[in-house]
Amino acid sequence: MTTITAETAAPARPRKLVGAGRRQWIGLLYVAPAVALVTVFFIVPLGMTAWMSLHNWPLMGEHSYIGLGNYWAILRDTRFWNALRFTGWYTLVVTIAIFAVAFPLAIFIERPRAMTNVYRTAFFMPAVIGFASASLLWSWLLNVDSGLFSPAAYALGLTEKKFNLLATFQPAFWSIIAMVVWKVAGFTMIILMTGLQSIPSELQEAAMIDGAGPFARFRAITLPLMRRTLALALILSVAGSILAFDQFYIILRGGPRNQTLTAVYWIFNQSFVSFKLGYGAALSMILLLILVVLSLVQLWLLRKPEGVD
Amino acid sequence: MAQARSRNSRIRLGIAEHLTGIIASLLFLAPIVWTVLSAFKPSQEARQPPLPPWPTTGFSVENYGTLNTFGDGLWLPAQNSIYVSVMTVVFSVIVSVLAGYGFSRFRFPFKDLLFVIILSTIMIPFQSILTPIFLVLTKVGLHNTLTGLVFVYVTLQLPFSIFMMRNAFDAVSREIEEAARMDGANNVTMLLQVMLPLVWPGIVTIALFAFLGAWNEFLAALVLMTDQSKFTLPIMMTALQSGRFGAIDWGAVQAGVTVMMVPCLILFLALQRFYIRGLMAGAVK
Repeated sequence: MTTITAETAAPARPRKLVGAGRRQWIGLLYVAPAVALVTVFFIVPLGMTAWMSLHNWPLMGEHSYIGLGNYWAILRDTRFWNALRFTGWYTLVVTIAIFAVAFPLAIFIERPRAMTNVYRTAFFMPAVIGFASASLLWSWLLNVDSGLFSPAAYALGLTEKKFNLLATFQPAFWSIIAMVVWKVAGFTMIILMTGLQSIPSELQEAAMIDGAGPFARFRAITLPLMRRTLALALILSVAGSILAFDQFYIILRGGPRNQTLTAVYWIFNQSFVSFKLGYGAALSMILLLILVVLSLVQLWLLRKPEGVD
Repeated sequence: MAQARSRNSRIRLGIAEHLTGIIASLLFLAPIVWTVLSAFKPSQEARQPPLPPWPTTGFSVENYGTLNTFGDGLWLPAQNSIYVSVMTVVFSVIVSVLAGYGFSRFRFPFKDLLFVIILSTIMIPFQSILTPIFLVLTKVGLHNTLTGLVFVYVTLQLPFSIFMMRNAFDAVSREIEEAARMDGANNVTMLLQVMLPLVWPGIVTIALFAFLGAWNEFLAALVLMTDQSKFTLPIMMTALQSGRFGAIDWGAVQAGVTVMMVPCLILFLALQRFYIRGLMAGAVK
């Protein structure tokens, strides 16, 4: 190694080129560990998922090639489509709810004033704890006997007896929405804030002088200029929600009556509870396809602005 | 007169704003504070609804003791979580610093292709490749081992952390490097003694994200760690909360959730600017 550097330092030109060329190849060595990890723990498993999806693959014993059999089975798997429909509904509702909370918060903390940093930190705190911790925490708060909400409502005289929030679909669903908004809004807020900060304040002032009200300014200046940030926050929220698992597993176990099984939850059940690994792989391919399409939409939405846009 | 009125209304607006800020802050902090405080109740009281949240019949750490009696106790899963998180930090920093330096400073065949492949793994949900990961780990003899879990977590961190480190190295001016090379520094000393001190903020950022990611991860640990002695905290606590060890003790759940949350909160408060930096880097690019 030292000789190479000595050579490159030497004034002789041809030798320098040889040395530089050899030195460049060393770059491959630097990236090799990363490439190896990604290959073994990502690329190979990805290929295996596609391969396994064409097989009947039990945990024990021989697997057998069945072509598109798993995919035909998926078409008739109403419970998977129900899970997918529920995941879609959850994604829609939770994304709207997160934005409805995060956007006002972002506008609130974007303007510098005393205490802004304290508020921002407070809003963001739930975002750094894990989804599992948050779910365990809320499973306690939502518990009918030892939790907070039902006993508090009962103690205040709002309900005649302790109401079990997790026993029926609607209250259970909205409890999860509340928990996720609490956990994620701060994160979305920070992303939206970076977008707000990138808007030149002269633009807003000019519009104000022209007599544009706050709503007109929001629609004509804030929203269009935040397109890329909005798209990013939106995609992160949608992708994260489509892959939701922890909160439904920990708080509801997919219940009541399997009504809150998400797509990932159904794949988990098929692969690691029923051990239908081939079928689980085929389901995974569907999920993968959905997420890749979403990523392509993201790339399109996040394309670099052209000209003035 | 008019001036005084506008000043008054500005003060009133300011009060309204701070009131909003304080109430919203309390709403976001309440569940965390509620849990941490309730965990210090004696276990008899912890089973009652947390009204008020603070201990009324005396301060106690009984719940942590109770938590320690379930399954393999509190210390073993805590140790597993610490091991997995620290190893994930160490390995993802080493691998991403090397790769970031390689991608930033060298030209070699397939460089752009390799970089794009590593970055694009972020588009693929790891949830969809868990079964094959399980089989691969079995194949290489890392099935049901914490080290296997570390490899999986490091791989999941790579797209973000290599992207961060490449940008960090790109920002270092080449003149510094040239000067060091004139002084006879070879590639390794260059990286360790010249570059590292200049890119350390990026390293802190990726280390923080790696720690939080590994400490909080649930699904992969649930699927890959089948032996109870290998459970990380989230898995152990979920087993406890599902009643796997008998009747659910909510006091123990509060104590466990506190143990899981507090390291994240402390790290975040201490390293907040590095966290926001990482978030911004991801958001702007």
